[in-house]
Amino acid sequence: MRNLRTLAALTLAGALTTLGLAACGGGDDAAAGSGTPAPAPSATAAAASLTVKDPWVKAGPAGEMTAAFGTLVNGTDADITIASAESPASPLELHEMTMKDGKMIMQPKAGGFVVKAKGDHELAPGGDHLMLMKPAKAIEPGDEVAFTLKLADGQTVDFKAIAKPFAGAEESYDPGHMAPMGSAAP
Amino acid sequence: MTSRRHLLTGAAAAGLGAAAGAGLMTAAGADDPVPVAATEALTTGTATVPFHGSRQAGIAEDPPAHASFVAFTLPAGTDRRSLARMMRLLTDDARRLTQGVPALGDTDATLAPLPARLTVTFGFGPGLYRAAGLPSPIADLPKFKIDRLERRWSGGDLLLQICADDPLTVAHTQRMLVKDTRPFGAVRWVQQGFRRSPGVQAPEHTQRNVMGQLDGTANPRGAEIDPAVWNSDGSTTLVVRRMRAEIETWDKLAVADKENAVGRRLESGAPLSGTREHDEPDFTKLDASGLPAMPDFSHVTRARVTDPSLKLLRRPYNYDGVPNAAGHPDSGLIFASFQKDIVRQYVPIQQRLAEKDLLNEWITPIGSAVFAVPPGCAEDGWVGDQVLA
Repeated sequence: MRNLRTLAALTLAGALTTLGLAACGGGDDAAAGSGTPAPAPSATAAAASLTVKDPWVKAGPAGEMTAAFGTLVNGTDADITIASAESPASPLELHEMTMKDGKMIMQPKAGGFVVKAKGDHELAPGGDHLMLMKPAKAIEPGDEVAFTLKLADGQTVDFKAIAKPFAGAEESYDPGHMAPMGSAAP
Repeated sequence: MTSRRHLLTGAAAAGLGAAAGAGLMTAAGADDPVPVAATEALTTGTATVPFHGSRQAGIAEDPPAHASFVAFTLPAGTDRRSLARMMRLLTDDARRLTQGVPALGDTDATLAPLPARLTVTFGFGPGLYRAAGLPSPIADLPKFKIDRLERRWSGGDLLLQICADDPLTVAHTQRMLVKDTRPFGAVRWVQQGFRRSPGVQAPEHTQRNVMGQLDGTANPRGAEIDPAVWNSDGSTTLVVRRMRAEIETWDKLAVADKENAVGRRLESGAPLSGTREHDEPDFTKLDASGLPAMPDFSHVTRARVTDPSLKLLRRPYNYDGVPNAAGHPDSGLIFASFQKDIVRQYVPIQQRLAEKDLLNEWITPIGSAVFAVPPGCAEDGWVGDQVLA
């Protein structure tokens, strides 16, 4: 029974994702750089390979690093490599968290993110993430930020992520400045 | 019946349809002395109420056992665009949490999977419409002479009504929603209340309040709800009043005096002119001494409404704080009523009660707030999109 419930919850989460991606009509955020409804569902259909479940981005002020999260879902029978990512909101890097000299640090992920065949790859606080290196404008809570994942085979996957205030994990996302991800309170 | 339907819906969604059926059968055969296997009865936690629709949830359904009413104050500079961002974000949280799915960035995701009929209902105060530059469909209530309102329980620009059959679910949902509302506004007041726990009474039974009265006998039920509550666009309005119960002086009354103040028997809830709870009060009937059986000053007499479109859908919760050093309780009722039109439906009733209702001696309004309740939203929308987009 527990398995059934989990299955239902997962299916539901999937439905919510699709819905989250579709819920972008009328978005008024400049960060997304587009006033048109999200092309995400058709774009993912075109790629027919990779979808992004439950995407969100940590809100923050202009010029300060922040990160986007979600779950990359590979529906195909072959591994998929995400080589890079772009957003009109900020230059992006694919980052991982790793232990170095007894400290968790962030660094670019060599070779990109590999999502195994029929597998998931989670982007989460404290783990792999899309790093927004220098947002041109503040990313306000409730904004929808557009992203494009570039796959190693040349295909692209578009998605939009909602911006949330977030103060979790206390990671050093910018070790050079020793600035933890603080509160996003404006 | 509504709640049973939702129970089944939720359980079926969770793949527990068969178990839910068994659970209901068990509840029906309540005189069976043999304890049933726990797994058959565990449907309370997994039950869900649909979030999307033309009307918001958390209104017409049988009220779950626990509620938190959270009101926010919007700062100067709030505009329509920021309100749209706020509602897009809060709607995203609510549509996930009500279905037992963690919110995005939920730092306590383990608390999400047992929604227990969780609903999150959004109300917009007059100040929200001012901030948005829009005409407000609601206005603050007139002052009533019985009011002893305190600022700490009154007003509000945004309201979240969070209801569930489990207090931990309410606590987690409140935490998540308050976190995501913080960038947009300050918490103004929080009122937490309770009703009977699930399984204690059949949902169609009238509940008692902290004064021991059956509370809600005359509430519209089933098809009676529509003409009283819903505007054609799926909107409605909400009045929240904090009614302190003067329990110390109420304690001093004999049962007959309590019954006269209310106009109903304490035990059965029957009107003083009748014998059963749902007997229609007969205001022409005289008692043995030749006086009206239903006293003119009783709460039921004063609050009486027969026109179905003028009724209120009362959805109150009890509150019970901690006693003070002298042992005096801090108890009462979070009165919450939904109605199409506050001025046409709520105000006349409250005016009649304020003018003459013997029960006023033992209840004191200490908080008051009004909210417009915008229509529900579609799966690709957000609550308030018809107002703010």
